[in-house]
Amino acid sequence: MTEIFGVPIQALFGQLMLGLVNGSFYAVLSLGLAVIFGMLNIINFAHGALYMAGAMLAWMGMEYLGIGYWWMLLLAPICVGLIGIAIERLMLQWLYKLDHLYGLLLTFGLALMIEGLFRDLYGVAGQPYSIPEEFAGAFNLGFMFLPKYRAWIVFASLSVCLLTWYMIEKTRLGAYLRAATENPQLTQAFGINVPLMVMLTYGFGVGLAGFAGVLAAPASQVGPLMGSNLIIVVFAVVVIGGMGSILGSVVTGLGLGIIEGMTKVFWPEASATVVFMIMAVVLMIRPAGLFGREK
Amino acid sequence: MMKRKLLALALSAMLFPVAGSALAQASKISGDVVKIAVLTDMSGVYADLGGKGSVVAAEMAIEDFKAQFKPKFKIDLVSADHQNKADVGSNKVREWYDTQGVDMVTDVLNSGVAIAVAKVTTEKNKIMINAGAASTRLTNEDCAPNNVVHYVYDTYALANGPVSVMIKQGKDTWFFLTADYAFGHSLEKDATAVVLANGGKVLGGVRHPLNASDFSSFLLQAQSSKAKVVALANAGGDTINSIKAANEFGLTKSQSVVGLLTTIIDIHAVGLQATQGMMFTEGFYWNLNKETRDWSRRFFDKHKRMPSMLHAGAYSAVTTYLKAVQATGTDDTATVMKKMHDTPINDAFAKGGRIREDGRMVHDMYLVEVKKPSESKEAWDYYNIKQVIPAEQAFQSMALSRCPAVAKK
Amino acid sequence: MNRRVTIAYLAGLGLLLLAPNFIYPILVMKVLCFALFACAFNLLLGYTGLLSFGHAVFLGSAAYVTGHALKVWELPTLVGLLAGTVAAAALGWVIGSLAIRRQGIYFAMVTLALAQMVFFFFLQAPFTGGEDGLQGVPRGTLFGLDLANDINLYYLVAAIFSASFWLIQRTIHSPFGQILKAIRENEPRAISLGYDVAKYKLLAFVLSAGLAGLAGATKTLVFKFATLTDAHWHTSGEVVLMTLLGGMGTVFGPLVGATIIVTLQNELADKVGSLVTVIMGAIFVICVLAFRRGIVGESLALYKRMIGQKT
Repeated sequence: MTEIFGVPIQALFGQLMLGLVNGSFYAVLSLGLAVIFGMLNIINFAHGALYMAGAMLAWMGMEYLGIGYWWMLLLAPICVGLIGIAIERLMLQWLYKLDHLYGLLLTFGLALMIEGLFRDLYGVAGQPYSIPEEFAGAFNLGFMFLPKYRAWIVFASLSVCLLTWYMIEKTRLGAYLRAATENPQLTQAFGINVPLMVMLTYGFGVGLAGFAGVLAAPASQVGPLMGSNLIIVVFAVVVIGGMGSILGSVVTGLGLGIIEGMTKVFWPEASATVVFMIMAVVLMIRPAGLFGREK
Repeated sequence: MMKRKLLALALSAMLFPVAGSALAQASKISGDVVKIAVLTDMSGVYADLGGKGSVVAAEMAIEDFKAQFKPKFKIDLVSADHQNKADVGSNKVREWYDTQGVDMVTDVLNSGVAIAVAKVTTEKNKIMINAGAASTRLTNEDCAPNNVVHYVYDTYALANGPVSVMIKQGKDTWFFLTADYAFGHSLEKDATAVVLANGGKVLGGVRHPLNASDFSSFLLQAQSSKAKVVALANAGGDTINSIKAANEFGLTKSQSVVGLLTTIIDIHAVGLQATQGMMFTEGFYWNLNKETRDWSRRFFDKHKRMPSMLHAGAYSAVTTYLKAVQATGTDDTATVMKKMHDTPINDAFAKGGRIREDGRMVHDMYLVEVKKPSESKEAWDYYNIKQVIPAEQAFQSMALSRCPAVAKK
Repeated sequence: MNRRVTIAYLAGLGLLLLAPNFIYPILVMKVLCFALFACAFNLLLGYTGLLSFGHAVFLGSAAYVTGHALKVWELPTLVGLLAGTVAAAALGWVIGSLAIRRQGIYFAMVTLALAQMVFFFFLQAPFTGGEDGLQGVPRGTLFGLDLANDINLYYLVAAIFSASFWLIQRTIHSPFGQILKAIRENEPRAISLGYDVAKYKLLAFVLSAGLAGLAGATKTLVFKFATLTDAHWHTSGEVVLMTLLGGMGTVFGPLVGATIIVTLQNELADKVGSLVTVIMGAIFVICVLAFRRGIVGESLALYKRMIGQKT
């Protein structure tokens, strides 16, 4: 019993695993987008670029300062979050009264700037970032080869998603946040500093992207283009899931990752487009998205 | 009134358009300057293979030529980054030919770009001496023997040596991991032909985009195939990353992974530990003889790396071109091309090299094996030369040529 | 006022006809193609209020279809151009019907995602040549004139541009254009007035896609190739930038924006390398923060203030 549908079990589970890994990235990134959108009504096009910045920071920390993976897993998201806060204070806050499309355009411009800067500094080829020692090698499960690091990616990103969910749904801070999303004026009237919350939300949202970036660094080449292709898929994920619920975006992200992985086994040619095809179908059947409410 | 004046102006503009291109002068050098251009990848996956090193090599060629021949004409060098994009490359070259008076363009790695540039070069009747691209299409389907010389290596030469050696070792089922553009397709096609000719079987293949960030899912597909050999029909950073991912997913335990286009630059990047015993074809090695050593050390002083075969090839290509201009006293394309076809090439890169009528420059190639770490005596001491493949066997024979211009003759 | 406008148009036309005598014709043709592309895009963003973030896919698909028609099927040049345009319009109908199911930001994301899907299709489809692109497309002849000559081709491109520009003008000022503007200003109100908003949006989308396609088809003729760059999301972003910089919802804005961006890219590419992207991004940011009416829009506003009108 080493084959299913003519595919060796090892490769099948391998692809499933990779699907899960990609799905985790989709989940963390779409979660960040959803959190930001809920509060700022802005679709953050710079999300992919900041994810890349997270990975690049991890690499730079190692290359120039000798700071290892674990510290960077903490530091890089904070740095990215601070960059986010600066962006929000300097630019985004002037746009809230305008059409939401301007937010998209501004963050698109920022994405180009960040991407271009790293391209200029390091070229497009990408830098190698080695897997931390603790996770080098693989578990040999008998039926498949499970690289330890990939398992860690899934574990770490799901934990972060869960933590975020808990924070927003079950804590006092989360309650303020939800209140400010529902009705900013009223919340402000209750003495809660809404602009501060908006700022922190954006910082936190892009911090999540930075975290995902560090997680991704050892698994692939760290290069300036790693974010931009990903972010478009994540947009599709967001459209499919709708941005109504946090758990919704996590589930959609993971699910689509797995579907994509399976497509690689059974219909490799379609693996790059399958998420977009699903999006088209969802748009026809349920335009608001699987978990969305039409605003 | 106004209207009429404008109309007149407009009409005169239509009736007397200024021709964009300068008329070719058959007898002497246009603008008294011979202008050479290096078009390469300066920032992408192939930047170490060609890139700034190719510009350095071209500069060296010009300096050496000036010192030796004291030419009466001026020599200019320009360079640009094509970003591995066919449209960027051919636009740049078109502009060079139209507005800057460039006579010859070299390096032009990346087969997709090279084929596009070959088209522009033929249209504008200039010269491309390609030192960087590998696709055999340049001397077959897309050949342009009056304008294009394919100088250093090609996918046929790369596939020929190592594939037959491996099949003789009993590794007779193959799976290809192919870079999805002209070069990868060409390499896969040529290697497949060699596999079949030696009685092997190809079980399948998967194509990946240039500069892919993660190879793991492709390698899992290779694993599904259960082929004995996973052949990497890619190059540069892509090859390096494929080898690493193959190690991560345990492919190397059950299958052999072979990089069809591997160069000294890749070995230097990955290290001997992970690459020892690998076998592939090279067009140049710095440590062949005194002449190559001397030249390579000079190159090293300027570039801080040993030359790849592309760098040495770019040096030789520029030298060959300039010698032909010197000998004929003109930069007229047809005259210079004829001279280059007629003159054997002897320099640090090639001995007894010769440009065939299909535009292929044939010279000896080398089947090399990567040394064990313990065998390597100094930095960059990486290869054992297993076999010198003579020029006539290294490249596809003229009898098999698919070049329409040659077939007509 | 009217006479001045006429003179301005004629001066523009004269400039258009004379340009190749002073400037590298290929560059002017590139500017014209992108200007047409931006004008077509502006029809959607500026006059209907729909931000499509995947417009490059229409440029790209028309480029491939025209290239294929001319190179493989060896059709006459004009038929090839037409084929590309029709193909882009048809694709516009498909993408448009899906995308108009959502509004605002979602519309932008849906168009971007669908465009990316088509991009991947082009990447794999055999007729596009994948990453190599479709090379060596013949320009053919027109009325006995050999279009391989850059000057001959230039006048064809100029004619295509002028005719399309005129068409866009007519559309904007037609009753149809007025309804589009009503939708932009207040969609619920347009619905309550009894207009089938979805139909009008779709029509505008198809028209815009078709004209973008014409730009792409013409571009193939100029450069003799069609590549993936044409269909890449970067190109979609560029056309947004051109329109934004020039002034969305103005007649000449996209033209000005396209001229500036294309010239800038051409001039800077060798000097600053990949910093071009940074500069493009910075222009985006500046436009959004401080310059939302674009060059033409701001100039018009300034002019009106100077002659004492309320803006």
